[in-house]
Amino acid sequence: MIDVTLESVSKRFARGGDTAAVDDVDITIAAGEFFTLLGPSGCGKTTTLRMVAGFYFPTSGRIRFGTEDVTRRPPNKRDTGMVFQNYALFPHMSVAQNVAYGLKIRKVNRAESRRRVEEALGQVHLAGYGDRRIDELSGGQQQRVALARALVIRPKTLLLDEPLSNLDAKLREETRTEIRRIQKEAGTTGIYVTHDQAEAMAMSDRIAVMQSGRVQQIGAPQEIYHRPATSFVARFIGRSNVLTLPVLAATRETVTVGLPGGGEIVVPGPADHGLSQGETALVSVRPEHIGLTSTTDPGALPGRVVDLEFTGMATNLVVDTAGEQVQVAAVEVPAGIAVGDQVGLRLNRERMWVVRP
Amino acid sequence: MSTIPATPTPATVAPVTKDPTPPPGPRRRLAARFVGGTGSRWFPYVLVFPLVLVLFGYVVQPMFATFAESVGVDGVENYGSFLTSDGVARSSLFTSLIISAASVLLCGIVGVAMAFLLKRFSFPGRKLIEAIILVPAALPPLIGAISFQLLYSETGILPRGLQQLFGTENPVLPFSGIAGVLVVHTFTMYPYFYLSASAALGGMDPSVEEAAYNLGASRVRVWRTVLLPMLTPALVSASLLVFMTSLASYTAPLLFGVDQTMTMQIYINRTNGDLPMASTYASVLGVVSVLFLLGMRWYEGRRSYRSQSKGVAAHRREITNPLGKWLALAASLLATAVLLAPVATIALVAFSADGSWTTEVIPAQYTMQNFVTIFSEPRAFQPILNSLQMSLIATVACVVVGVLIAYAVRRLNFRGRGLLDVAVMLAWALPGTVVAINLISAFSTGNAFSFGQVLIGTFWIMPLAYFVRFLPLVFRSSSAALAQLDPSLEEAARNLGASWWRAFGTVTLRLMLPGVLAGALLAFVHGVGEFVASVLIYTSETAPISVEINNRMYSFEVGTAAAYGMLQVVLIFVVMVVSGRLEGGGRSTREAAKWTA
Ligand SMILES: Nc1ncnc2c1ncn2[C@@H]1O[C@H](COP(=O)(O)OP(=O)(O)O)[C@@H](O)[C@H]1O
Ligand SMILES: [Mg+2]
Repeated sequence: MIDVTLESVSKRFARGGDTAAVDDVDITIAAGEFFTLLGPSGCGKTTTLRMVAGFYFPTSGRIRFGTEDVTRRPPNKRDTGMVFQNYALFPHMSVAQNVAYGLKIRKVNRAESRRRVEEALGQVHLAGYGDRRIDELSGGQQQRVALARALVIRPKTLLLDEPLSNLDAKLREETRTEIRRIQKEAGTTGIYVTHDQAEAMAMSDRIAVMQSGRVQQIGAPQEIYHRPATSFVARFIGRSNVLTLPVLAATRETVTVGLPGGGEIVVPGPADHGLSQGETALVSVRPEHIGLTSTTDPGALPGRVVDLEFTGMATNLVVDTAGEQVQVAAVEVPAGIAVGDQVGLRLNRERMWVVRP
Repeated sequence: MSTIPATPTPATVAPVTKDPTPPPGPRRRLAARFVGGTGSRWFPYVLVFPLVLVLFGYVVQPMFATFAESVGVDGVENYGSFLTSDGVARSSLFTSLIISAASVLLCGIVGVAMAFLLKRFSFPGRKLIEAIILVPAALPPLIGAISFQLLYSETGILPRGLQQLFGTENPVLPFSGIAGVLVVHTFTMYPYFYLSASAALGGMDPSVEEAAYNLGASRVRVWRTVLLPMLTPALVSASLLVFMTSLASYTAPLLFGVDQTMTMQIYINRTNGDLPMASTYASVLGVVSVLFLLGMRWYEGRRSYRSQSKGVAAHRREITNPLGKWLALAASLLATAVLLAPVATIALVAFSADGSWTTEVIPAQYTMQNFVTIFSEPRAFQPILNSLQMSLIATVACVVVGVLIAYAVRRLNFRGRGLLDVAVMLAWALPGTVVAINLISAFSTGNAFSFGQVLIGTFWIMPLAYFVRFLPLVFRSSSAALAQLDPSLEEAARNLGASWWRAFGTVTLRLMLPGVLAGALLAFVHGVGEFVASVLIYTSETAPISVEINNRMYSFEVGTAAAYGMLQVVLIFVVMVVSGRLEGGGRSTREAAKWTA
């Protein structure tokens, strides 16, 4: 177990032109933490993880394991255990030989090696599968062999690059709980890469949301969900409306914005929002934090229903308010509501948040 | 066949429990860079530098040496002889070009017709023909040419057989001179067309053709507007290949006595001791070959549409008409006979008593004596030992260098990667005669790449020539094997603590092995049968099997010559069976044999 620090790490590929695949990233991961790099495809998650593993060296910046600078250390001297997206199991070795590979390199004696391989296979519920060939295993089983192979060397950090993306939906949910349990049991620092925000929210102690090679926000799942730093984060995590509204007044931690209907509302925001009267603010509000009310309700945002879809638990509506399309997920809807109706939207100001562009 | 040390240096093993290593000192830093692996910026150059030296020293530099030789004594005057209309040089160049063009035409007709018949029609005997269709082309060039000479030349089995049958005065339909050369070329090179056309036909969605018929197009129109355009890329590639191969052909003109071709002129001038003139021919032939190579690369690069198959097997038309059925059966039998005739002839003649075959259709007396002689007389067995030894040395070198170049080209990022690729292709594109002249020009005096030694007239020039000629085979099959391998396998090994060498040895090379082995076997067989370069550079102590065969033919010991040939045919057969059994070996062999994938 060790903490991992990335200090202003950037990576430019020779063939990548001027744009950096990873751009000035600062991340500190605490020992034992399960930390997730989350973002859309191509945002630089894999590149970041591979720099931690030592497959790429950063163009600039430092990487530390604890107090040790490992920036340019070759991958075989880093003591990381990596689970690859396609598992990368050695097809010419049995399950047990795959798991024992790292132990053999570390010259662990035979008896000890056998014991640890069995222990690791037991941990991933594959006891007794040691003699199988890799191509005799299902995708889920292969994934667990890869996990056992990475863990058996007792790595300082466990690196996982979208390990669930090749599994079907049901298995994915089961496995993510498993991975989390095993990581805590093994007591290793976990760095996890995914583009699936639900997966990230369910598994992580903390998440770094990335876009175009840059870290947009780092925080616990609740924090990122409720207090997104940027409009990108607000839209990428769950669904969100980001409204552009005029600033009427501002304090250190709140901003008063005017609504199209004439009302005004005091919205909480980060201390460094830097907004003042006369500017426009970006305000994030999630569909489930908007209620329906009548148009005459004072403080409500008037609009017209342009789309409506009943999902059982809630009704999803799209409401046009002065040209802006607002998504609403309402649990309670007036009976007989239909497309074209005029409605009022009641925004839950506690749950709104001022975001940066 | 791991030639890479697979044991790790102690420094690469980091016990899990050990405390963090202290910051490395400068010396250790340098070592760490080397074992540091593919992540290090230096690593590719450390690996690639020796490979570049090898390719430059034995492929590129000898080409320049040949050019220097050709202009060394009389300046560019030698080249002038290609411009004067009455000279041998000019007519040789034209003859070579005409033979090549005619070969393309003949191979195209035979290959495409075969592909259509076998891929589009169902008739008795089809499976058998498909199984043996590549047999004539699998023979070593010299054996192939000899068998055709024994079969179709003026003294050959077929013309004499027909003569006897019809009771005519002279042999019927004998092939000689250029016609003989063309027969050999057609039989040994039509597979380029057959293979690419049948791949294109197999990959072509039959519904495209059906759609055209459905729209009311006539059969000819469908051919012209649908099938031909779709086949064009395959046909152009095959044409270029056949043209290049014909241009490089040496054994066929030698055996059918066509002296005025480029390759023969190289041989004649070399044996007459006019190395500058031989070098001039070699330079011209080399340049033409390289131009074709570049043309082929350019064409492959711009080739836009390939087979657009979605896995629909092309359907075959059943021949239902009874007359057609009989005709098809007869044609199948004939084709089978023609395809197997060369090997059968060699086998037959191998058991004939030397000197017993004069004017008969087939040899009159049979004996085991030829084989007994080969295995019991040390002087007769020596060529076999020579060939095995020289080919083995060359193959080992091909494997070491070929595998590493394939790795570098496929897996590493470095400046000049494309050049490395081109240098290997150059070795492939150069005709054997040109390779030999290049080596003669470069190593008849000592130079840095021969460590100051004169190599001409020594043993080492022979394996060196085989190495240059067959390196591309191993490179190609290794590269194909590597393409099938996920790079993350090697990364997983590195991640688990393996040094680059260990990860390469235990994972990458281990998984490439079937492909590498298939390529190595192919290179070995080609080395054992090599004739074209050997005949220009052998010494009496290093005479390989092929040169011995040629000498025996020259002294009318046809039976013994055929017996040597038979041994080679058996070796090829064994190797083909072994390659087929290697997992993925068959594919790698096919990959190795063609450049137009
Ligand atoms: N080896 C490479 N060479 C050049 N560009 C690369 C390489 N690897 C990744 N990139 C580029 O860097 C960016 C980030 O890629 P990656 O880290 O794989 O994204 P993610 O894992 O988040 O999907 C992409 O634009 C990708 O095209
Ligand atoms: Mg990725």
